Amino acid sequence: MGLSFDLLINAVIAGILLGGFYAAVTIGVSISFGILDIVNIAHPAFIILGSYIAYIVNTRVGIDPIVISILMLPVFYFLGAGIYQVYYESFERRGQEALRGLSFFFGLLFVTEVMLILVFGVDYRYVEAPYIGPSWRLGVMDFPLRMLVPCVAALALFGALELFLSYTFVGRAISAVAQDQLALRLMGASPIRIKRIAFGISIATAAVAGALLIIIQPVEPSVGREYIGRVFAICVLGGLGSLPGTVIAAMLLGIIESFTATFYGPSWAPAVAFGVLLLTLAFRPAGLLGR
Amino acid sequence: MRTRVFLLISIAVAVVVFFGARMVNNDYVFFAGYTVLQFIVLATAWNILGGYTGYVNFGSAAFFALGAYATVFLHKFYPLPIPLLIVIGGVVSGIVGFGMGYLTLRLRGAFFAIATLALAVVLQTLVVNWDYVGGSRGAYIIRPNEIAVIGPYVQYLFLLMLALVVIALTVARGIERSQLGYGFATIRDDELAAEASGVPTLRLKLVATTISGALMGMAGAPFPYYIGYLQPSSAFGLEYAVNSIAMPMIGGTTSWVGPLIGAVLLGSLQQIATVTISSAVNLLIVGLLLVAFVIIAPNGIIGLVQGWTRGRAK
Repeated sequence: MGLSFDLLINAVIAGILLGGFYAAVTIGVSISFGILDIVNIAHPAFIILGSYIAYIVNTRVGIDPIVISILMLPVFYFLGAGIYQVYYESFERRGQEALRGLSFFFGLLFVTEVMLILVFGVDYRYVEAPYIGPSWRLGVMDFPLRMLVPCVAALALFGALELFLSYTFVGRAISAVAQDQLALRLMGASPIRIKRIAFGISIATAAVAGALLIIIQPVEPSVGREYIGRVFAICVLGGLGSLPGTVIAAMLLGIIESFTATFYGPSWAPAVAFGVLLLTLAFRPAGLLGR
Repeated sequence: MRTRVFLLISIAVAVVVFFGARMVNNDYVFFAGYTVLQFIVLATAWNILGGYTGYVNFGSAAFFALGAYATVFLHKFYPLPIPLLIVIGGVVSGIVGFGMGYLTLRLRGAFFAIATLALAVVLQTLVVNWDYVGGSRGAYIIRPNEIAVIGPYVQYLFLLMLALVVIALTVARGIERSQLGYGFATIRDDELAAEASGVPTLRLKLVATTISGALMGMAGAPFPYYIGYLQPSSAFGLEYAVNSIAMPMIGGTTSWVGPLIGAVLLGSLQQIATVTISSAVNLLIVGLLLVAFVIIAPNGIIGLVQGWTRGRAK
C-alpha cells in the first residue's frame, strides 16, 4: 500500500508541475482566442520556433534557455504585431475571419512546421542547463528540477501578465477590447492598436513557453501538433480569457494526464486533452470560471 | 442543366479518362492518377461543409483514416468486395461526422474547427493503441494482382476512385442548386439572420457534416488496398488535412468547380514535385500557396477568372 501511495502522490506532484508549464503554453492563446477572439491555431508552431531558437543559441553560445527566451521577447512581440497587421488587413476588416482567417493560421502552422523539418530534420533536439537532471527530494516526494524550474518560470510569467493586465492603461484596454470596443474608442484608444499590442504579447509568450518546452522534453518539429489540443482544451475549460481559470484548468489537465500516463501508459496521454476538450464543449462550453 | 444530364456527362468524361489512361499503358499513370482523384473527392467533400456553410473542418485526415481503418477491420474478418467497403466506410465516417457536429455545432464556428483538430489526434491515439488493426506497427493488406474483366488491380482501384469522383461532384453540384444549397449559403452569409428567418440551421449544418464526413470516409475505404501497408501515421497524415483545405481555397470555394480545379492543379503539381524534388518541399509549396491565396485571392482561381472576364466586359 505504501508503494502505491508514493506513486499516487508523485503523480499528483508531476501533474501540478506539468500543469504549471501547460499554463505558460496556454497563456498566449488565452489572450489571442480568449480576449481578442482571434483563433490562432498556429500558436504551438511559434512555441516550437521558440524552442528551436533556444536550442540554437544554447548549443552555440551556451546561455541558459530561459535567459535566451527573455532576450527573444521583443523579436516575438514584433513578429506577432506584424502577423496581426496582416490578419487585420486581409481578414478582420473584411469580416472574413471565420473561414479564411482560420485557414490562414492553419497555413502558418503548417509552413512553420515544414520549414523547421527542412532546416533541422526530424531529429529530437535538446538544451543543456545545470537544472536538467538533478531533483529535490522531500520524504517520498520527488521534485525533478527539470519540471520545477519551468513551472516556477511559468507562474512568474503569469503573475507579471496578470499585474500588467490589471494595473496599466494598455493592459486594461486589452481587457476592454473584448467587452466594449466603442467605449474603448471613446477613451481615446484605437482598438486596432490595442489588439496589435495584445497579439504581439501573446506571441511573445510563445518564446518563453518554447524555452520551457525544450527544457522539459527534447523537441522535434511536429511536437507542436500535440499541443494544439492541450492548449485549446485548457483555454476553453478555464473559461475563455480568464487568466486564473487558465492556471486552474492547466493544473487540472496536468494532473489528469499524469495519472493517465502513470496508470495506463504514456501512449494514451495525447487523447486525454482532446477528450477533456470534447466533453467541455459538449457539457460546459463556458468553462469552469466562464463569464 | 439537370442533375441527371450532369451525371451522364461526368460519367462520359470518366469513361474517356479511364480509357485514355489505359491507352498510355503505364502503371504509374494509374498510381499517380489515383492520388489525384482521391484528392478531388476529399476537396469536394471538404467544400460541401467548408465552402457552402463556412464551417472549417481540420480533421479531414480523421474521416479519411476512419474509412481506411474500417476496411482494415473488416478485412480481418472476411475480405469483402471494395465497393461494399466504400459504402461501409462512408456510413462509419458519416456517423462520426454527425456525432461531432451534434456535440459542437451549436457553439461558435471556431469551436467546431478546434474540435475537428482534436478528433484527428483522439482517433490516431485509439488506433495506435488498438492492436487488432495493427496498432502503431501498421497493418498489411495483401491485394490480388489481377481482377476479372479489368485486368491489373491498380486499374480497378483507379476506376472505383473515378466513380467516387463522379458521385462526389454530382452530389456537390446537386446540393448547390437545391433548396439545401440555398440554406447552406444563408448559414455562410449570416447565420443569425438565417436562424431568425426560420432556417433550421442546426439541422442543415448536421446534414452538411454528415455528407462531407461520409464522402471523406468513402475516399479512405479503398486506401489500404492501394497502399498495401497501412500505418497510423500515413492514414492520419497531415497532408490530407492540409490538401483538402488548400485545394478548395486555391480553386475557389463557392462552386463545385473550385475544388476540382484546385485538386487537379495541386494534386498533379505534388505528384511532379514528389518525384523531382522531395515530398517535404512539396508540402511547403502547398502551405505557402494556401497562405498566399487566402490573403491575395480570397475567391481562389475561380474568383480571379471571374474578375478578369468581368474586367474585360466593361
